[in-house]
Amino acid sequence: MRHFDADILIIGAGGAGMYAALGAVKGGAERVLLVDKSMIGRGGATVMAQMTVAAALAEECPDSWESHLEDTIAAGRGLCEEELSALLCREAPQRIRELDGWRIGWARRADGRIAQVSAPGHSRPRCCYVDFLATGTALAQTLRRRIVRESAITKIDTFTVTDLLVDEGECVGAAGFDFAACEPATIAAKAVVLATGGLSRIFRRNSASANLGGEGYALALQAGALLRDMEFVQFFPIGHLAPRLVGVDPILWDPFRYKLGGKLLNGKGEEFLDCYGSDEEPGYTTPRDLLTYAITKEVAAGRGSPKGGVYLSFAHVGKERIDKAFGPVVERLRTGGVDLEKGPVEVAPIAHYHMGGVRVGARLESSLPGLFAAGEAAGGANGANRLSGNAIPEALVFGENAGRFAAEYARGRQNLSSPQGAREAVDRLRQAAAGRKGEKPALALLEELRDVMWNAVGPFRNESALEDATQRIGALRRALPLAAIAPVKGFNPMLADWFELKGSLVAAEAVARAATLRRESRGAHQREDFPASDPALEKTLLVEMDRDGRVRARFCR
Amino acid sequence: MTAKGCARLRVRRGSEGEEAARYDEFAVPFEEGESILDALLWIRSHRDPTLAVPYSCINANACKACAIAIDGRVQYACTTRLLDGRVFTLEPLPGKTQLRDLFALTRPSRQKAP
Ligand SMILES: Cc1cc2nc3c(=O)[nH]c(=O)nc-3n(C[C@H](O)[C@H](O)[C@H](O)COP(=O)(O)OP(=O)(O)OC[C@H]3O[C@@H](n4cnc5c(N)ncnc54)[C@H](O)[C@@H]3O)c2cc1C
Ligand code: FES
Repeated sequence: MRHFDADILIIGAGGAGMYAALGAVKGGAERVLLVDKSMIGRGGATVMAQMTVAAALAEECPDSWESHLEDTIAAGRGLCEEELSALLCREAPQRIRELDGWRIGWARRADGRIAQVSAPGHSRPRCCYVDFLATGTALAQTLRRRIVRESAITKIDTFTVTDLLVDEGECVGAAGFDFAACEPATIAAKAVVLATGGLSRIFRRNSASANLGGEGYALALQAGALLRDMEFVQFFPIGHLAPRLVGVDPILWDPFRYKLGGKLLNGKGEEFLDCYGSDEEPGYTTPRDLLTYAITKEVAAGRGSPKGGVYLSFAHVGKERIDKAFGPVVERLRTGGVDLEKGPVEVAPIAHYHMGGVRVGARLESSLPGLFAAGEAAGGANGANRLSGNAIPEALVFGENAGRFAAEYARGRQNLSSPQGAREAVDRLRQAAAGRKGEKPALALLEELRDVMWNAVGPFRNESALEDATQRIGALRRALPLAAIAPVKGFNPMLADWFELKGSLVAAEAVARAATLRRESRGAHQREDFPASDPALEKTLLVEMDRDGRVRARFCR
Repeated sequence: MTAKGCARLRVRRGSEGEEAARYDEFAVPFEEGESILDALLWIRSHRDPTLAVPYSCINANACKACAIAIDGRVQYACTTRLLDGRVFTLEPLPGKTQLRDLFALTRPSRQKAP
């Protein structure tokens, strides 16, 4: 078995993790270990983000971070942790300019300034991007180039962290499975940054990569840290549903609608948004939650498209305008058999982003000393609903801060040679890797979980369905130790599925329990049985795990 | 309404250093537009969960993890479309360590421990 010693361990190498590594070096850490269950800088949401990044750069028109903050707080429906939102808005411009200096290639105006476009919920054009739909790829590549230059940073990919190690109430490292070496490993660290991204993969319809099953939330809970806002999952209203399109992201239609004013039509070919109180002007003005609501209701009323969504049509726009706005992307669509000026596509809401996460203070430290969190893994900055373009700056700004504060925390501390719980964690990993006969593989249970979450804990929720979902998640948690794992050599995908299932079940339970307890509708959390918001519930829900592994939610006093 | 088809996938199995090369063949039903990666994930769910497949982003062609040899040419599994009645031969990226089946380590060499 391998053992690593590090000053700072960073779990997850997306935008938040890579920036945390740079921040830790800036903060004086000499041995920074950056691990990812997938590839470095390519396994999560960061590389897939194709649209925009919000930052008050004031390139397009006068703007201030206070104005960005005001918009962020308004979208958060009373639940933003204002010091975190302020941190995001205040420091986003620094990170964007730093990346500009690192030649990320932000799109420019004719006069050479950085181009900034409008997006729903932002009071002025504030969102920058890299053409065409290449923001995330450019960002991930730029950060990969920066971390390679730092000799203090060691990268380990294909390594799933399965346990955080806690010794005398402090987080002192982690255990996990090194899939490339096909064996367990332990890591001793003076401070740990959790940058494991979101959980949208636990829902049947999602925009996630394979690695966004919410494992980080489970790691934090199991180590004794608190989570917050777990009921707030953002559903992207017009995710691509059909026909099967390869080589493009399922959330691509947002910029198309925004630039070209595509029409939403139900299965009978009628416009329907006005029946739900939207007075959408040409352009794109209906908020995400109302769109999701209108589409879900049309489908429920039997007026959906064949695959269970609605139609999005650009037939009225004309080839010339379509080609001009999206040149190479339109070509890619055409090769895939989608001709926008000819026929519509089918779209439907999909799970896209998680507002909730590890509860952190302004130094990004969790309730467990030594454990920091950043990016989508951390909760609070976006409250009950996130503005588009706010997730990338959250990853960058929080990552940089978490790395620096973790380095500060680590100063003067020692690595423990045999942290509490390390041996037990490794024994459990060995046992799982040795394989076992079982009824079903973890993959089948994961698929069950995704259906349960989509059907009962999706865009619209009600008490009895939520309770039923919690029961079924409980049953799946009991089935977890009985899942089949074939003892195959080399990279063992059944073992990888099993680790994902283990984490996803805990994350799913946290979402379901919080969603049950919030008996109102607010932001992204919509309850059919409590359609209005309740001013008395304008407070944060915390989630914790007790010694017996039970997940509980409670309102913050 | 979407056209359906059936493709056959011949997949290289096993790990580096294991005896003779072995290929398993799977018949995979699909809907028009679906990719080789869709078919591999279908095999994992419906036929053989031990099949090791490199991928991450599934749709976006952003992560570049799914590069494998398809009929001897390196291509992305997530953007290569299935064709009705065709047999596709799939192998891991040539010149890399085959960890198992189609899953190879793509980086030049693992960095040393600190
Ligand atoms: C398709 C898509 C488009 C988007 N577009 C935009 C946009 O235009 N603008 C915007 O602001 N936001 C956008 N977002 C959201 C934004 O991309 C994410 O919120 C942000 O990139 C999250 O960054 P992160 O570093 O926190 O996590 P990620 O980039 O998701 O990285 C998390 C990493 O953690 C790793 N990991 C997870 N569990 C473990 C474990 N147990 N052990 C080891 N490693 C682990 C994963 O492999 C992954 O590499 C989009 C998201 C998606 C999915
Ligand atoms: S799965 Fe990401 S590029 Fe193919």
